[in-house]
Amino acid sequence: MSESKEMIFQVRGLKTWFPITKGMFKKVVGHVKAVDDVSLDVYRGETLGIVGESGCGKSTLGKTMMMLERATGGQVMFNYGGEFRDITKFNAREMFEFRRKVQMVFQDPYSALNPQKKIYTSFEEPLKVHGIKSEAEREAVMQKVLKMVNIQPDYLMRYPHEFSGGQRQRLCIARALEVMPEVLICDEPVSALDVSIQAQVLNLMKDIQKELNLTYLFIAHDLSVVQYMSDRIVVMYLGKIVEIADSRALYDEPLHPYTRALLSAIPVPDIHNTKKRQVLEGEVPSPIHKPSGCAFHNRCPHCMEICKSVDPAIVHHGAEGHMVACHLYQQEGAPAAAAAEA
Amino acid sequence: MGNQATVSIKEQNKSAASSLLKKNIRKFLNNKLAVLGLLVVVIMLVACVVGAIIGVDFSTPHLDQMKSAPSGTYLFGTDTIGRDLLSRVLIGGCYSIFIGVFCAVVSSVIGAALGAVAGYFGGKVDAVIVRISELFQAFPQLVLVMMLVAILNQRGLGNLLFIFVVTGWMTTFRMVRNEYMSLKNETYVKVCEAFGMSRSNVMFKQILPNVMSPIIVSTTTNVAYFILQEASLSFIGLGVQDSTPTWGNILNAAKSLQVVTESWWIWVFPGLAITLFVLAINFLGDGLRDVLDAKQQ
Repeated sequence: MSESKEMIFQVRGLKTWFPITKGMFKKVVGHVKAVDDVSLDVYRGETLGIVGESGCGKSTLGKTMMMLERATGGQVMFNYGGEFRDITKFNAREMFEFRRKVQMVFQDPYSALNPQKKIYTSFEEPLKVHGIKSEAEREAVMQKVLKMVNIQPDYLMRYPHEFSGGQRQRLCIARALEVMPEVLICDEPVSALDVSIQAQVLNLMKDIQKELNLTYLFIAHDLSVVQYMSDRIVVMYLGKIVEIADSRALYDEPLHPYTRALLSAIPVPDIHNTKKRQVLEGEVPSPIHKPSGCAFHNRCPHCMEICKSVDPAIVHHGAEGHMVACHLYQQEGAPAAAAAEA
Repeated sequence: MGNQATVSIKEQNKSAASSLLKKNIRKFLNNKLAVLGLLVVVIMLVACVVGAIIGVDFSTPHLDQMKSAPSGTYLFGTDTIGRDLLSRVLIGGCYSIFIGVFCAVVSSVIGAALGAVAGYFGGKVDAVIVRISELFQAFPQLVLVMMLVAILNQRGLGNLLFIFVVTGWMTTFRMVRNEYMSLKNETYVKVCEAFGMSRSNVMFKQILPNVMSPIIVSTTTNVAYFILQEASLSFIGLGVQDSTPTWGNILNAAKSLQVVTESWWIWVFPGLAITLFVLAINFLGDGLRDVLDAKQQ
């Protein structure tokens, strides 16, 4: 993690709800609470991993943090040279400026490049929009970012369908870097790629991060990938954060029962390892009708009475920066926690 | 480094672009039916335009030559009041093709623009535009034509063009709207939004090129559709003025049974012209669809 620990994103109570409408007059009958009361900090230069199963709201969280989805409530504060400003309240002009600060790499490299346009055009347009008038300057920027992702400049004249998935994702990363962002939100950047290509792209991303002192928000469902990339990890379940910890600490000492179940699902390449797989029972509940109390209580092996009625707050527990939202750890050294760990 | 790169990239640009065009042309040439269609369309168009330029006489009635069969002087024969049918078919072709092309292009532009807005913005904007299109669709074209004739108290080319455009944009509109609704969820659109590009930029510069090929294809086939529409309206006497020859208007003479049975040339030649042209346009449209459809490449 970066030594200075300068905060770059400060998310407080962020909510992204999608209304469910019914009937002719679009009466709102409920909400899909994709992101529900999430608070987290992102420090400059670190990689913050966000994991969780499908539909837990991790992509929506990423999109909301760069206002591709409108936030329903809460704040997303971004560090403008020491001054934190709430991007959810930005007007069009400010939002346009903000676009240079935070960029995104999307999951599907196969549809992230306009199939009708040459790579050159796809690379040129963002620079034009952001006011780089001269062609020579634009090409200088293109050359620079392409060098970072190891792609020859003369490939620019080709169409997207002439590239492999890995090349396309590298192109997408290069394009996102064109505006010199401070933060790169990576929404499952390698999950659409072959395993052999995944490592290549991940290493490339690490190198680029070092070179540019970038901050990554790394969203993925693949725990081993997240572990490899991240300094800190956020575990999400049904739109809420259940655990935040340093990457090492999370893997060595997972606290939340959900995290433990996730970690036990990582395959270990060792035939003598007879670690017991902890299989979760039941399905993920619908984010429309969340269970009362702790959202995880109906699948939790340590479910207590209090879990069914009271939503646990996220509290510090154990090592510094390790936070967990579970009734087992609500009080330091509570008997419940000891019993569960035994 | 910048300067040198500029030169090399520019040169590459040219060769790459031309190779894609060449590839498409080759693909089109492989489709024999489409090439035939294109050939017929071009030949008929050139014949009509040349006829109009050299100013063939299509309006002077030769009262001593009424309903004369095709001969050396009158290749296609003459009509019921002795006008040269060949010149009438040529000049009529100019009008018919103009009506077809003009209405197809204008209605496509209107349909595409409204479809883009409705599909991209969605929500209330979409609902309003869709209702408007349904309103236009529910109104019978024939009644509209008669209404306009009644109000303006005259028949004419302008009426027809107006009616065709007003009642013809809905098919393109619906197609473009559907394309936009699916394409706006593509990742590259999200990327453009993430770069802060304006909505009009995303709509017309990013998404439109991907919708262009179905629009071109439907415009082509719409040309044929409007020519047929004009022909049927003119045939029943609601089209352009009698003095203006169009393919449909020439056919109008064949309303009398006597002409149909005794003077075959009066309806065979304009009828043949319509059939050939419409068929050729449809072949051409099919060929274009094969070439332009990006999913097949």
